[in-house]
Amino acid sequence: MTTLVPFDKALAAYDPAMGLEVHVELNTNSKMFCGCPTEFGAEPNTQVCPTCLGLPGALPVVNHKAVESAIRIGLALNCEIAEWCRFARKNYFYPDMPKNFQTSQYDEPIAFEGYMDVEVEGETFRVEIERAHMEEDTGKSLHVGGATGRIHGADYSLVDYNRAGIPLIEIVTKPIIGAGEKAPLVAKAYVAQLRDLIVALGVSDARMDQGSIRADVNLSLAPKGSDKLGTRSETKNVNSLRSVERAVRFEVSRHAGILNEGGKVVQETRHFHEDTGETTSGREKSDAEDYRYFPEPDLVPVAPSREWVEELRGTLPENPTAKKTRLQVEYGFTDLEMRDVWAAGALPLIEATVGEGVAPQSARKWWVAELLRRANDAGVELAEVGVTPAQVAAVQKLVDAKTINDKLARQVFDGLIADEGTPEEIIEKRGLALVSDDGPLIAAIDDALAAQPDLVEKIKGGNMGAIGAIMGAVMKATRGQADAGRARELILEKLGLS
Amino acid sequence: MPEISRDEVAHLADLARIDLSDAELDHLAPQLAKILESVASISAAVSDDVPATSHPIPLTNVFRDDVVTPGLTAEEALAMAPATDQQRFSVPRILGDEQ
Ligand SMILES: [Zn+2]
Repeated sequence: MTTLVPFDKALAAYDPAMGLEVHVELNTNSKMFCGCPTEFGAEPNTQVCPTCLGLPGALPVVNHKAVESAIRIGLALNCEIAEWCRFARKNYFYPDMPKNFQTSQYDEPIAFEGYMDVEVEGETFRVEIERAHMEEDTGKSLHVGGATGRIHGADYSLVDYNRAGIPLIEIVTKPIIGAGEKAPLVAKAYVAQLRDLIVALGVSDARMDQGSIRADVNLSLAPKGSDKLGTRSETKNVNSLRSVERAVRFEVSRHAGILNEGGKVVQETRHFHEDTGETTSGREKSDAEDYRYFPEPDLVPVAPSREWVEELRGTLPENPTAKKTRLQVEYGFTDLEMRDVWAAGALPLIEATVGEGVAPQSARKWWVAELLRRANDAGVELAEVGVTPAQVAAVQKLVDAKTINDKLARQVFDGLIADEGTPEEIIEKRGLALVSDDGPLIAAIDDALAAQPDLVEKIKGGNMGAIGAIMGAVMKATRGQADAGRARELILEKLGLS
Repeated sequence: MPEISRDEVAHLADLARIDLSDAELDHLAPQLAKILESVASISAAVSDDVPATSHPIPLTNVFRDDVVTPGLTAEEALAMAPATDQQRFSVPRILGDEQ
């Protein structure tokens, strides 16, 4: 086992180069080459037909909507769109593809030569896109008999082909060089911004936790100042933004360890483990990587007319950088607030929450001050914290209606994260509603006033600061469920001061 | 003149998961070379200005609308499988790796 070199030390001696391959599962109704449905979570092998099962004689036909989504993704990534391109067979023998080949694109991708500018800590990095191509997803294998989920030691595999044939767009970057110590953050920011772009385009569910966006992280190190690329490792299926960052970090430390010991990095695929943050060796790259690509004879070429491409360009969402500037002005966020919002990945969430009718500052407060802390505690991204913009809006409406206050709202969020139902149900179940009936409130006020006659005198004498102590006693007696404004009114009323 | 060596044939057999003995390789490698040679005669029949095609009909952009059409039930899909378990196709332990 190689000694890991601490990240900072590794970066003092080596320059990292990264390549990111992101697979985006499109949200079309039907599959790439057949009319089977694409819904997530269906019973095994209920969304299949002769085409996606690779039965003899079945012929594929390309899904128009999938090509449209591919072109829109390409355009949003500032790519050229091919005037003419073909599908190709990627031949390999593995039961997750019943045809014994995956229909993909090889040397003629639909989109190529683009870029995406990503922002990390106020600095902009341009990530160049080599290509975005169309292909189909594979089936899902369940390995039985060995260690759970993994192949080693499995006695047999069970395959579900519901996912086989769902349209995928694979987006491949050129080597990302020069990010230095920021490499892990650049990788994470790229995938995050790409996800936001995909959401804005509306072409995918964009759920990393359900595998609708999956990232492969390629990494190599070269001695500082050298312009040669080192041997790379390919870490497959990194399924959260945080894991993208951690996978880069770990591989930098691991490569540096090997190189420091005078060893050679093996070109191989590796698996990332969410629990430990480490990668382990998968398969060594070898002759098995020889896919014998050739043009797919069952499909005709795709030749998008320039009119169609321009029409699709007209459907693109606002450029993310321009949008960020516009929203900051619209929402009245300070630069500092905006930096925190951006770093937290909260802007799309705040935008959606504002879209549900919440004031921007309230939306910001919940996402960045309250929910971000919970996301950090749970080690997940803000978008994956378990609360949706619609739920935040529902909670804010309950605060506005004085059903609950901010403090109780936090407990409602606890309930939402624990999946206890709607905000209303949680308030009911947890008994969180503010005491809106004056009866118990008046009783608590009477008790508090009777208990502290000296304070009553002070207030009557004009020392309004003393109200705070009475309020404290009232809130305590009502376990924080009193409406503070109403309590204050009633206290003043009682003392004949209103 | 296309050539294919015995080593290349062995490599192809390996990729195709076909277990060939030395004797079979000795026997098949020259045959495959002969087949390639015959196919290559097509290139002699066309001039340089004829582009290579991957489809016999000069069509582009044949698409279907993104509409769900009925497929097979799980029972139908699994009917011809040699082995099934948990409504899935059961296959022998896989060598190599996940894709
Ligand atoms: Zn199908």
